[in-house]
Amino acid sequence: MTPRPLLLRGGRVVDPSQGIDDVLDVLLVDGTVARLGRGLEAPEHAEVRNVSGLVVCPGLIDLHVHLREPGGERKETIESGARAAAAGGFTAVCAMPNTDPPVDDPAAVGFVRAQGMRAGYARVYPVAAVSVGQRGERLAAIGEMVDAGAVAISDDGRPVSDAGLMRLALEYAQTFGIPVANHCEELSLSRGGSMNEGLVSTRLGLQGIPNAAEDVMIARDLLLAELTGGRLHIQHVSTRRGVEMIRAAKERGVPVTAEVTPHHLTLTDEAVDGYRTEAKVNPPLRTAEDVAALREGLADGTLDVLATDHAPHHYDEKEQAFDDAPFGMVGLETALGIALTELVRTGVLTLSQLVDRMSCGPARAFRLPGGTLAVGSPADVTVIDLDAEWIVDPDKFLSKSRNTPFAGWKLVGQAALTIVGGRVVWDREVGPR
Amino acid sequence: MTDQNRRLLLDERAVERTLARMAREIVERAGSIESLVLLGIQRRGVQLTERLAAEIERAEGVRPASGTLDITLYRDDLMAIGPRPVVGETRLPSGGIDGRVVVIVDDVCYTGRTARAALDELADFGRPARIYLCVLVDRGGRELPIQPDIVGLTVETTAGQRVDVLVPELDGRLAVELVSPAREVE
Amino acid sequence: MQVDTALGKDLVGLEPLSAAQIRAILDTAEPFKEISERAIKKVPVLRGKTIVNLFFEPSTRTRISFEFAEKRLSADTVNISAVGSSVAKGETLVDTARNLEAMKIDMVVIRHGSSGAARFLADRIESNVINAGDGRHEHPTQALLDMLTIRDHLGRLEGVRVCIVGDILHSRVARSNIWGLTKMGAEVAVCGPRTLMPPYVTELGVQQFSRIEEAIEWADVLNVLRLQLERMQAGYVPSLREYNRFFGVTRARLLRAPRPLLILHPGPMNRGVEIDSDVADGPHSVILDQVTNGIAVRMAVLYLLAGGAPERAEAAKSAPEAV
Repeated sequence: MTPRPLLLRGGRVVDPSQGIDDVLDVLLVDGTVARLGRGLEAPEHAEVRNVSGLVVCPGLIDLHVHLREPGGERKETIESGARAAAAGGFTAVCAMPNTDPPVDDPAAVGFVRAQGMRAGYARVYPVAAVSVGQRGERLAAIGEMVDAGAVAISDDGRPVSDAGLMRLALEYAQTFGIPVANHCEELSLSRGGSMNEGLVSTRLGLQGIPNAAEDVMIARDLLLAELTGGRLHIQHVSTRRGVEMIRAAKERGVPVTAEVTPHHLTLTDEAVDGYRTEAKVNPPLRTAEDVAALREGLADGTLDVLATDHAPHHYDEKEQAFDDAPFGMVGLETALGIALTELVRTGVLTLSQLVDRMSCGPARAFRLPGGTLAVGSPADVTVIDLDAEWIVDPDKFLSKSRNTPFAGWKLVGQAALTIVGGRVVWDREVGPR
Repeated sequence: MTDQNRRLLLDERAVERTLARMAREIVERAGSIESLVLLGIQRRGVQLTERLAAEIERAEGVRPASGTLDITLYRDDLMAIGPRPVVGETRLPSGGIDGRVVVIVDDVCYTGRTARAALDELADFGRPARIYLCVLVDRGGRELPIQPDIVGLTVETTAGQRVDVLVPELDGRLAVELVSPAREVE
Repeated sequence: MQVDTALGKDLVGLEPLSAAQIRAILDTAEPFKEISERAIKKVPVLRGKTIVNLFFEPSTRTRISFEFAEKRLSADTVNISAVGSSVAKGETLVDTARNLEAMKIDMVVIRHGSSGAARFLADRIESNVINAGDGRHEHPTQALLDMLTIRDHLGRLEGVRVCIVGDILHSRVARSNIWGLTKMGAEVAVCGPRTLMPPYVTELGVQQFSRIEEAIEWADVLNVLRLQLERMQAGYVPSLREYNRFFGVTRARLLRAPRPLLILHPGPMNRGVEIDSDVADGPHSVILDQVTNGIAVRMAVLYLLAGGAPERAEAAKSAPEAV
């Protein structure tokens, strides 16, 4: 059932893919972008929305979310996650495969895809496992899984620890035109750790995870990408050396893309003080030097993508002694607000750069449809109110989980409308559809 | 500007004379110096005990055994009062108190609760043959059925007043004063 | 004379305390030592109060020390040994907190394997919470009794040179000692194999020695930590023999010390590993005094906390010392 034509009138269209930053009308017909222009006429039966004063940009895409279904439905389902994503302004998300059972065969990929379509909010693109069971021993049926709809492979949750297997993955994935997304963590250096290794961890008496645990594997993967020519995507970069190495590798022409999370761009390990489990995340929050380097990397494009690593956990699980609580925080409903408040308003990024990192960049990295408002592209649009002031209240989240260290933060900027395939899936005036 | 009236009850000479008389009374009651133990209640009871022991030595040629008793942990109002009071030293003379004549020495007897606490504490140390209560000033106002046996000075007071015993070691001089709230200024 | 150095509701560690508060605890412990020498070792201070000793890690000496302290203050004590499967560990803590709250326990003494567990409990129940050791974070009463012992023998803490020797990385005793001693004006150093040293430790205000000989040359006091067998099994040090050879406190090494050293050890000792028997039983060892002082310090802490309130602790920290 195709939606009615939708005319977005008078918004400031920011589309870095076409170099556009102008007040234009946008017409969406039959699920694609039909026209951009001034003073467009509304076709018959079209829905017209006045978006003057708001920003209209290609739909935001989150390359890294955990939707917990199958197996962890208490914390999140594909439906609740897709809905939360829409409320956060995302028109598409990529769901990580570390579910229970993991998504390591085409049937599981098909299941995730079908659940996403049934929910009908943000698009859900499955990311499939690199290895069978994500055990890091041998490759899963990558070709079949891509056929079933997987857009990338990753063993996230875990790293691909065996260099030989990583090499195979980078080589094999090329046949199917997908990237290998790796969670870089040398487990023998991070074992037992629950936060960044530093003065704070010493004071709190917690085992630390040194920057080197991540850097060692980033270095390895960049060299393997160079060796194989395979497309590497480095997930949630958190260290300054990581940024440096990725920048140097890109200069050499290595086919690598990299993502960074909103929390790594705004918080340091001081956020853990008092044993606050909401701030327990992997890779951990690091130091001010790392934050500065990550911001610079995002601004100069070394880091192509802003992704949330949305990791819902039930309240019970985070209500434990620090060592015992699971890693992760939710992020779909705070990412845009945090990015606008802490990065754009402060001048770290221009608005156009942010749209690039949250839409065009992700689409390029995973070769997804969208990331542009060029005529003929999918009608995935995010409409942003740059001036809306709001306070983060986890109780109001659409996600099933509430684990965030940003509770109570005053943010400026949020999604007003989220449109997928020409259909409004989130309207902040109305709430969830 | 003082909002209190201080009236001197005993000056230095008067206190010394009173203590000398009290020392004689103690010796009379105890019978023998060897069986006598003076225990001063922290804090000013300790200084008074020193003086009484010295007086007895002057009069009898033998100094009686003495020690200190801190009753803080035995107070019946310990949990109700504000910040935890500092606990002073409790030190009994060698030989303990079993079978001996113990004289508890304090500066002022008022409600009688301090003496009760001291009796409770002594019970945890042993069983004296006899316990006497000796105070420099009895200001009345008892809340318990406790009476001092040896008293230096008796004075009637009201609830708003206070009797201060001052000793050189802590206050710079030896005296007993009555402190009353000032009358309302017109 | 009253000094408002109220500790508030809980004793979770020494890091949040001021020097005045620490001094008050040490001074209060003095008269409590005397009680343990009486024929009747009891005062009615905590009569009618219920105290639960909640131990998630096995411990004999600390638990017994607390138990004696509690009983000598006339409290009613209950021991809960929750040593069990680590799977249940996490859930048990929250549910345990709620149960204790419902039973209206007055005070809880908790020992747990996770850093932050004492604070976790203290934030969730109204009872006073005393940390008897949480993970690697703090063991405040141990450091307090260590400081009391040092003060007894050397007359002061200010300017005293104390070197903590051993596995600092995993040691809550070390951390509490570092906080307490530095606040009281002592000079603190740490010495041990680099693999067992926490990162950035010198930023806590301590010196670092890589060789035991340097530590002995410098210190007035050595606080010798126990090397746990698991550390060798986990590969931090190649063998216990090697550890003893290069970091053990031996009589031969002490004989070369420029001044007589006080030797402390939190116990239980691995004789022949971190400390040789002739040192542990020798004239400079005050290990048994530590045990005696342990009960007095714990009595002082219980006395000071009972009926305390957090607001007073905040006010006390900033108030000047009254006389």
